[in-house]
Amino acid sequence: MRLEAREQTSAGWALAAPLLAVALTLLACAGLLVWAGAPVGRAYALLFDGAFGSRLALTETLTRATPLILTGLAVAVAFRARLYNIGAEGQLYLGALAAVAVGGLHGGSGWDLPPAVLYPLMLLAGMAAGAALLLGPAWLKLRFGVDEVVTTLLLNFIALLLVSMLLDGVMKDPLAMGWPQSVAIRDELVFAQLLERSRVHSGLLWALGAALALWALERYTRFGLAMRAVGANARAARFAGLPVKRVMLATAALSGALAGLAGVGEVAGRAGYVTLDMSPGYGYSGIVIAMLAQLHPLGVVLAALFVAGTLVGADSMSRALGVPSYLADVIVAVSLLAMLVTGLAARYRLRWS
Amino acid sequence: MWIELLGWLGQPDYWVAVLRIATPLIFGTLGVLLCERAGVLNLGIEGIMVIGAFTGWLAVHAGAGLWTGVLIAALCGAAFGALHALLTVLLGLSQHVSGLGVTLLGISLSSYAYRLSFPQVSTPPTIVPFAPMDGLGIPVLAQQTPLTLLALLAVPLLAYLLQRTPLGLALRMVGESPASAEGQGLSVLGLRCGAVIAGSALMGVAGSFLTLSAFNAFYFNMVNGRGWICVALVVFAGWRPGKALLGALLFAFCDTLQLRLQQGGHAAVPYQVYLMLPYLLSILALVVMARRAQYPQALMQPYRRGER
Repeated sequence: MRLEAREQTSAGWALAAPLLAVALTLLACAGLLVWAGAPVGRAYALLFDGAFGSRLALTETLTRATPLILTGLAVAVAFRARLYNIGAEGQLYLGALAAVAVGGLHGGSGWDLPPAVLYPLMLLAGMAAGAALLLGPAWLKLRFGVDEVVTTLLLNFIALLLVSMLLDGVMKDPLAMGWPQSVAIRDELVFAQLLERSRVHSGLLWALGAALALWALERYTRFGLAMRAVGANARAARFAGLPVKRVMLATAALSGALAGLAGVGEVAGRAGYVTLDMSPGYGYSGIVIAMLAQLHPLGVVLAALFVAGTLVGADSMSRALGVPSYLADVIVAVSLLAMLVTGLAARYRLRWS
Repeated sequence: MWIELLGWLGQPDYWVAVLRIATPLIFGTLGVLLCERAGVLNLGIEGIMVIGAFTGWLAVHAGAGLWTGVLIAALCGAAFGALHALLTVLLGLSQHVSGLGVTLLGISLSSYAYRLSFPQVSTPPTIVPFAPMDGLGIPVLAQQTPLTLLALLAVPLLAYLLQRTPLGLALRMVGESPASAEGQGLSVLGLRCGAVIAGSALMGVAGSFLTLSAFNAFYFNMVNGRGWICVALVVFAGWRPGKALLGALLFAFCDTLQLRLQQGGHAAVPYQVYLMLPYLLSILALVVMARRAQYPQALMQPYRRGER
């Protein structure tokens, strides 16, 4: 028995792989439910119900999916060019800090710009901050050959400490009674509510727009082609005359900007301010989402809905059955590993010999 | 300030802290080194350390002896290593992504199992950790626990294994040129799987040091990036066990200094700046060494027979 590479990736398998991965994951995690003494069928039914079963559930899932789509896209675009950006978490926090810096910090400083100017400035600042945090490791990789995986991972910890420092210092909200939270952004800059009686905000439109734009970019533009070429074979791309380094840096900027935008959305769309626990690992979940989507920008939207649904649904299932809600994190992790295995089926076939 | 610093260096306490901080890094770095010498990047280390910390502590909490706890941590680490080996060595999947998946799984599974075993505890349950080896009679070492001694012994042992034994030669060959290793009749996949599993067992022990020696309870986030630092230290050490020890000690020296400065209360500098230093230092170490780094030639390349 051996694996044999297919001449072309099988389209049918490419579609079936994520579904199969999810099925395998739920099967594997059933063991954990049994261990917790919970009825497996009922637990999954409650989880699904808590994620998609009511208007409240659905809107909560959409709210949760908003940052996940953006971090998923950030990872997908970087991985496409073989830039292993594991730092979306830190980039998200930096984007959030930049949003507060532009949108909230200047109260009384005489820096009185109209909201129509501040709003785009806030978005751009957040994206620039996220991009800057990834451009550093990308540059180190190209200039000195430093592996970007470790540097982006380490920068996540540095970014979080920076947040903690600023929340103690210049960004501290004096009215927060000692809670570590930043000052809030101005009311005029808060993202519009998208649906009545829900927390869904216009950041969702930014996220969906970004997914569409990225899909078009990868499919229809020269830059998209260059990006894919660099990812497929950097040496061949260089011989073909592509400016490989510049493509890598541009991809890094794009990826970091998307993660930074996720941070802006969490500030402007949900809380209004930055806290230290603002992101429960959205950056890391982005990796899972990108892999489940097989790096396809539109697939990212679906995968983000799956992960968001799992997180939201597990919360309500956990309340009903007393199963630890960490089950959601296990499901997300296992689905990444399962996806790796089922993804093989699209590229290889089994031969008996 | 400089006088203060010299004062610290004169205190045995300072060096006791250096060795204590270095111990999990030594185990972890050796674990990563063993995997990478055989050609496999193991980013599962962060999660495997959490698993080791949790399972070792849980076993002792349930009544097992401390050494049994360490053994269980090693076995659980090895089990996660086997998963990583299955995905990356046997199936040839992306070592980056598989490693991250193993890390996410290790962390989430530990959290789930902890909450399931202890649904309502306000303060984490404690155990009686390893005691210092008072009878040893060597100043700084006597204040350490036996696990530190084990870590220090593991360094020359691994160096000897890699440089002076046929098995070590085979492991290095598999990491440098798997096709020629195969030509010599060696089992590339078997050797790589073995290296990943053994390396992961070391990572599990690294984690267990945190709960069974450095502290006496299990906390979420207690590993806190130490695994990633080990990955950086291996590059810094040029894949040499001896230099890995040196790197871990140097790192721990700076970390101890950072802690002292923090306690010294120079209020002008926020304490977070000190906490950032270990991570910044790791990045700096990578930048300094990356140019000269002699990566194992087949690192991150899956091996399939008959393919080039």
